[in-house]
Amino acid sequence: MDLTLKVWRQKNREEKGGLETYKVTGISEHASFLEMLDIMNEQLIKEGTEPVAFDYDCREGICGTCSLYINGEAHGPDRKVTTCQLHMRMFKDGETIYIEPWRSAAMPVIKDLIVDRSSFDRIQQSGGFVSVNTSGNTQDANALPIPKMNADLAFDAAACIGCGACVATCKNSSAMLFVAAKVSQFAYLPQGQVEAKQRVLNMVEQMDKEGFGNCTNTGACEVECPKSISIKYIAKMNREFLSASCSSES
Amino acid sequence: MSNGLSNSSVGRKVLMALSGFFLLFFLMQHFVINLFSVISADLFNEISHFMGTNGLIQFVLQPILIFGFLFHLAMGMYLERKNSAARPIKYAMDKPSENSNWMSRNMLITGIMVMLFLGLHFYDFWLPEIKTKFIEGDWSGLNNGEFRYWEELHHKFQDIIRVSIYCVAFIFLGLHLSHGFQSAFQSAGFNHNKYTPIIKKLATLYAIIIPFGFIFIALFHYFTQN
Repeated sequence: MDLTLKVWRQKNREEKGGLETYKVTGISEHASFLEMLDIMNEQLIKEGTEPVAFDYDCREGICGTCSLYINGEAHGPDRKVTTCQLHMRMFKDGETIYIEPWRSAAMPVIKDLIVDRSSFDRIQQSGGFVSVNTSGNTQDANALPIPKMNADLAFDAAACIGCGACVATCKNSSAMLFVAAKVSQFAYLPQGQVEAKQRVLNMVEQMDKEGFGNCTNTGACEVECPKSISIKYIAKMNREFLSASCSSES
Repeated sequence: MSNGLSNSSVGRKVLMALSGFFLLFFLMQHFVINLFSVISADLFNEISHFMGTNGLIQFVLQPILIFGFLFHLAMGMYLERKNSAARPIKYAMDKPSENSNWMSRNMLITGIMVMLFLGLHFYDFWLPEIKTKFIEGDWSGLNNGEFRYWEELHHKFQDIIRVSIYCVAFIFLGLHLSHGFQSAFQSAGFNHNKYTPIIKKLATLYAIIIPFGFIFIALFHYFTQN
């Protein structure tokens, strides 16, 4: 496959970036999108041009590090995949592909296609944990009865890998789906009940502080989410938030 | 420490949803009353006179309605401003239609169109009522010894341009309602495997029946002019 790539280049956080056009040739349709970028970078190095910086780690859809807005969609045109799981067979020979970083005030570009996602870390630090001591005297898992449905719901929410596709794709750059998943994974389990009220209040407050937008319920986030996190978790977070706001004693 | 309900993004959306529910209810009763103008002029006059002169409706519910509408409008504008600031640099290539529908993405546009229409609607009906009742002090509802309400309504819809504006505005209202109705439930925290699909169907029905019902009423009066 021969392709024309329009890639966002930006030297650092402060400088203004822009789209650069690169041609790549002889790409296998079986190559992953990141492998195609590797080939492009090899070409750029040979030409004496600085290679394009982009994020990746596991390259098997687990870590949530790769984060590219490809041809107008988070993680590209395929569904339920991260960028590393996207294959070139999803594109046509001769196609022009736009490759941009996530766009959000709360996730500024650091360099080229890499964004600063520490806002997600700060949201997690504000409440996305349980203070149950799990070292030593660990209880048998079956000693704590949990309804199957709640276990499934918590597990589905915990599938969130924090890639940020929900923020990138939301027209308001809202982080509601991410925060909702992190709130819900504990809210459905008994271990999460102790800090449940403070957790949702703190995490929503931190989300607002970071400058993410509001939810308009377009549902775009759940369509683009590589782990298919449902927006029903946003409703769950809203319920948790309302309940905590009305009854929290702190 | 929490910011409180009205100072948080989730809380604001809940308040937006609650004001939306209130306006949905108001719109339904407005439609039902207007429908009487098609069925019986006398019945429409009786109901209009009751609504226009009842103390509870005029001095309690009407101010609540005005507040509810202004609140919904102001909050919508405020949220849109925050949302716009959350993405200062837009994508060079964006395909939002791949993952969401037009109505859900353009609530501001459809909302502004409804608001502009309300300017005309207030000029046509609400301001003359205020003038008659509160400035001239005439609470009789009579004109030449007969109830004036049906006659005034009927008279307004003789102009094709006005009728056309009303019809176009009702289509925008329908687009706004088609997303707003079901979105309000989600914002308020209501999402149920069994009932949410039913709510979405109800939302579609509501967004068709109410606006097209209003269009029918406007056209009925236009085509039955003497």
